[in-house]
This record gives sequence, structure tokens and C-alpha cells, in this order.
Amino acid sequence: MSGNTEDIKPVKCTIKPPFYLQIGDTKTDPAHSGVCVVDVTLPFGKPVNIEEITFKNYYTAYVTVRLLRRSPGQETPAKWCTALRDLPLMDNPHTERGSQDYYSIHRTQMQVDPDHVVSVRLILRQPSSAWLTFSLEDVKIFPHMEPDPEKEVSDWLSDLTLVGQHPDLEGLPDPHTVSSSIQQMWALTEVMQTNQTTASIGRFDVDGCYDINLLSLT
Amino acid sequence: MLMDEGTELSLTIAQIVQRLKGSHLHSQIERQAKECLHQPEIKLESLKEDVRSFLKTSGWERKLQNAVYRELHLPPSHPAAPPEHLKEPLAYMRKAQASWEKRVLKSLNSMSTELEVPLARMRPAVEQKELTNKWNEMGTDEPGLETLPRGLAPKRSVLISLRNPNHDSSEDVSVRSHWGLIQVPLNVRDIPQLRRAYSELNLTTGQLGIDDHAHIHPVVVEQDSAAAQQYSRQGCPTGLRADLWALILNSTNQPQDVMHYEQLTAGVIQHDLLVDNLIYKDVKLTASNDDYYFVFEDFLYQVLLCFSRDTAVLDHFKYNSATPPKSYIQGEPMSTSTRAHTPTGVIPFHGFSMYVAPLCFLYNEPSKLYSVFREMYIRYFFRLHSISSSPSGIVSLCLQFERLLQTHLPQLFYHLRQIGAQPLRIAFKWMVRAFSGYLSTDQLLLLWDRILGYDSLEVVAVLAAAVFAFRAENLMEVTSLASAEAVLADLSTLKVMPLIQIFLFATAI
Repeated sequence: MSGNTEDIKPVKCTIKPPFYLQIGDTKTDPAHSGVCVVDVTLPFGKPVNIEEITFKNYYTAYVTVRLLRRSPGQETPAKWCTALRDLPLMDNPHTERGSQDYYSIHRTQMQVDPDHVVSVRLILRQPSSAWLTFSLEDVKIFPHMEPDPEKEVSDWLSDLTLVGQHPDLEGLPDPHTVSSSIQQMWALTEVMQTNQTTASIGRFDVDGCYDINLLSLT
Repeated sequence: MLMDEGTELSLTIAQIVQRLKGSHLHSQIERQAKECLHQPEIKLESLKEDVRSFLKTSGWERKLQNAVYRELHLPPSHPAAPPEHLKEPLAYMRKAQASWEKRVLKSLNSMSTELEVPLARMRPAVEQKELTNKWNEMGTDEPGLETLPRGLAPKRSVLISLRNPNHDSSEDVSVRSHWGLIQVPLNVRDIPQLRRAYSELNLTTGQLGIDDHAHIHPVVVEQDSAAAQQYSRQGCPTGLRADLWALILNSTNQPQDVMHYEQLTAGVIQHDLLVDNLIYKDVKLTASNDDYYFVFEDFLYQVLLCFSRDTAVLDHFKYNSATPPKSYIQGEPMSTSTRAHTPTGVIPFHGFSMYVAPLCFLYNEPSKLYSVFREMYIRYFFRLHSISSSPSGIVSLCLQFERLLQTHLPQLFYHLRQIGAQPLRIAFKWMVRAFSGYLSTDQLLLLWDRILGYDSLEVVAVLAAAVFAFRAENLMEVTSLASAEAVLADLSTLKVMPLIQIFLFATAI
């Protein structure tokens, strides 16, 4: 995952409750078909270019992603297309592996460009009869961010005039030496920050007190 | 954790870099790189390549590769996943582990209150001096062990009662009938899959210990972790095993490791932990009573007492489903920096010393023995006594054992069930100890070669099933649990590798 998603907030979307398809007469003999549809609508009037869809699995075996896209400017109606078909989330639908894992679907994995998307439909499949229910949790859609263009120097900066005169420096150190030593210190702190380590110091210290009376898990 | 492959790779790389940054190896390599600048063959125009090739020829690149290889053993995590997900992805297993831990803690707290022994205390100077003097012969006298209860060992009953709340068990037994005791649907491999994964154990491939040949493999000379691991799959020659295992585990015995060990021994001298008593009792009752291991009693005390104070072990709780308990000083919670109680957070249980005992045959220097044991614990052994969905975890091993038996020896399984001798009741204790104390030592070490070689404890479950297969004829004749136990009481004459090979590659499917 690129560092970008830490800065990017997910799009506010409405996730409809999952709709489980039934076979046969729903009143007398509801048979679970193992198929469920989750509709995710994006804010009205603001189509999104999707960067990534993340979610947490709950016993779904396969997921298909369908997108409703509306081309901008034109008056053509929006069209559904399949971005990803039957992506396996569980190795084996009958066993646990992958059943509660976190997943990301990146735009590069999709078969179509997920741009100008109005709505997302997730079709979940769980063919195994081993599970009582299945769904996806915490569905989040992250928008695609264009990289920032080169910032232009604002006009007001160019209006600044260079300070020509030297102020009275009685008793004060020369500003140039001060600024260069501060620069060095700043550089050192930058180095420290980038070199943060997770290696432990490795000492066992009991805070000076050794009379431990009680253990707890909380 | 499905992501675009490229981003998953860069995430893994970023995590490994973060872990290795600031480590001793990192500073050593930096120093080497700086010092090599004096050398004439390093040219300014091709500085980067020259330094790189210097590091390669001087063996430092290999050391870095080994360190990275070691880090790869840790699973990558999805950025959105909370820390508890890395420990154990399944919520119901985390819950079961947490309630097991509560039981262990309760037992420890009440032990402390009943015996009026604090969980930790600083030793008075006189006692410190005394302990320093008898450091090498601690096995001689430890008072009042009889009054101490045993440390709570992992219970079969806890595993048997594990249930997935989302699992539909309403359907009749016929559809998904599993005769065994473990009722959680974990992924375990069957024989065809095991044959592919363990192809080096094929009947046609030579195994050390059965078909011995004497030549020193270049992996030792090359000091290559990954190659040593591959080599270990066919068994290690006795003379090379110690070095090979240390290489596979990337366990070095450099001055800072020795110093770390000495710091730990100083810690033992300075303060007394309640769990120390559990260690004394465990060693006395298990290893000291064992024909093979009693000679190592003192080593075992030293290693285990140090282990229970090693905060470096705390790191492994990131991927261990267990959580170290917090301690309270006189009613106030301790500061976050000293959160774990036994500083390692590992509470020794009855039989724990058997994880260390076989290693005493390989390493006679305490700091080296300690270093290898610690690495083996945080890679493998911890999985044998915590509840998790890991393929090497005890739950998966039990399930795999039962499945293998039911699939390939259904008559035997059915018979044993009928007489009230569920196979897991007998095999559980073997698997929890990775067969230590049940096999003869040379055979045990051959088994542990494969644990290291395949980086998995699966082979323990396979052996358990193979043992039942081997004694199937006798077991079919027994009519009670007690007689079944008797048939399987003595495993000391078994030859491990032929049993495993025949079970995996000669069983008709």
C-alpha cells in the first residue's frame, strides 16, 4: 500500500444493508443461495475516480465488483460494468483461512478504469453451507488523487525587498553564524527522526520497585 | 490481504527496513562501509558499486540476507488491520485465548496469595551473594517444591470446546462427519498436499540418519541461512547440526549476545520472580527425571531463569495470539515501559523445560544454548501452547492429526472411538511437547531438523498419525483407553523418519 492512503480520507458513501438472494418461495422454504449483494452509493452529483476499495471480510468466499459509471459532460445514461469478477477471498470456502482478513482492491487490479463512478455494487458469494452468514465489513472507498502540480511562486513573494541594512547588533551574536548552527541542529533532528528504530534497548527494569503483588489482563 | 502485488512487496520491504534499522547489524554494516573507503579498490566514480561488492566479498551482504530472511518469517500485515489481527485473525480464537489466559493468571495470582510469595521481589544482598556462588549448581537444593502447584499446562479440553459462532453445526453428522474432538474448520493439508510440500522426504530420497554419508556441505562454509534450511530437510549430520541450526535461526554468538546473556543472569541474581518456582518445579519433575536429560539440570535452570527475564521476547507477542499480562505494584498499574509481568510475558507451565532439554546435547556454552532456544521458542514452540488459527498452532496440529487418521485409518479410528479412547487423548501430550521426552534424543533431533527445514510444526502432527499407523495392529486388539495408552506408552524405540516416509509416501490413497 502506498503511503498515500494514510493522508487520503475515504469517500463518504452510503452502504445499503446487504441483500441476500433467496431461491424458491421466500415464505415457505427460504433456501440460502449463497449470494449477497451490497450496494455502495457515492454522494449524489459527485462521481468519484476510485483509487482503492478496502474492506474486512466475514466469511465471504468470492467477491465481484461492479461499477456504475457516468461519463462526464455527455448526456449518456450511466452504465454498469464489471471491474473484477469472483475475486477469491477464502482459499477454500469451507475452511477458515481468509475468512476474517482485511483486503484492498487497487484500481490497477480492476479490469476497467474506475473513473466517474456513481455507484459500486459488491456481489458476494459463499457457496459453502458450513457458515450461518457471510458479509463484508468496513467497506471504504478511497478516491484517486492527482499528484500536485508544481506550485507557482506567489506574486507577493516577489514583492518583498531584500533587507539591506544591518540592524544594531550590540551584544548579540552574528545572525549568520547563529542561523548556520541552527541549521546544523535542525539537520541533526531530521536525521534522528528518519532513523527511528523499533529495535529495543533490551534492559529489564522494574521501575525501581520489585514488590509486584497482582497480575491482570487489563 | 489481497493487494496489488507491487504495493504488497513495497509494504513488506518497508516493514523489514524499519525492523532492521538501528539494529546492531545495521550499525556494523555502516561502519564496515565507512572503513572500506580507505581501501584502494574503492573508486569515487563507482563508489556505490564498489562498496556493494566489498560488502559482498567480505560476507556482510550474506549476513544482511540472513537477517532479512529471518524477518520474512513474520507475516506481512494489511495497513488497515489492527494489531490484534496480526496476532490472530479470527475473533473467536482471540476470545478463547483471552479466557484461557485469565485462568492462568488467576491461578498465578492465587498461588502468590496462598503461598504469600510476591510475584516479583528484589533479593536481599545476602541472598544475591549466595545465588552467585551456587550459579552452576542450582540443581542441588530447592525447598518446599511439594507445596507448589504445577504451572497450568495447555489443556486439551480448552481446544475441544472451541467453536466458531458462525459455523453451521445444525446439519446432520453424515454430511460433514468428523469423528475427532476438534470442531473448528481450519485449513489442514491432506496426504496428497503433504506429499508435494514434503517432497524431500520421498522414499527415494536419501535421509540422514538412515542413509548416512560423510561430507561437509558447503552451506556451512557459505553461512547461508536459506540454504541451510533447505539442507536440513533431509536431516543434519550430527557433527554439523549445532552450526546448521544456529545458521537457520540466524542465532549469532557475538560479544553483544554474550553480554545480553550476562545481563540476564545478573537480573536473575538481583530479583526473584514467582514464576522461578514454577521453573524449579518443572525442571525437577520432568527433565531431572528423564534418563537422557537429567545431566543438564543446571543448564536448564540457567536458561529458563534467564528466559523468563528477557524483554526481547516481548516482541514476539505481535504475532502470538497470546498477550503478556500486566502487573500492578501495590495497587497501582506499572508504567507502560514495564508492562509485562514475567518480563517475557511467558508463563512457564509443566513440561516447558522439555523444549530446552534436547538443545543441551547440541550446545554446551550457556549463552549460545540460550540464544538458540530463545529463537526456537519465538518461532515455533510458542504456537504449541497458545490458541490460534496458525497452521503450526496446536489447534491445527490436533485437527490435522485427527483428519489424517480418520482418512487413512478409518477402521482404527472408529474402533478407538468406540472403546472410549479418542486418539487425540493420547497424542495431544506428544504434540504439545513436539515429542520431546517421548522419543529417544537422536530421533527427536532428526524430527526437529524437519521442523526447522520446513519452517513448520506440521511434521509433528504427521508423526503422531504415523505412530498410530505403525501400532495399528496392536491397537485394534485393545478394548479400553488404558490398554490403548499402554500400547503407545513407550516410543523410545521408534525410528522417526521411516515412519513418516512410509505414512506420507506409501499410504494408498
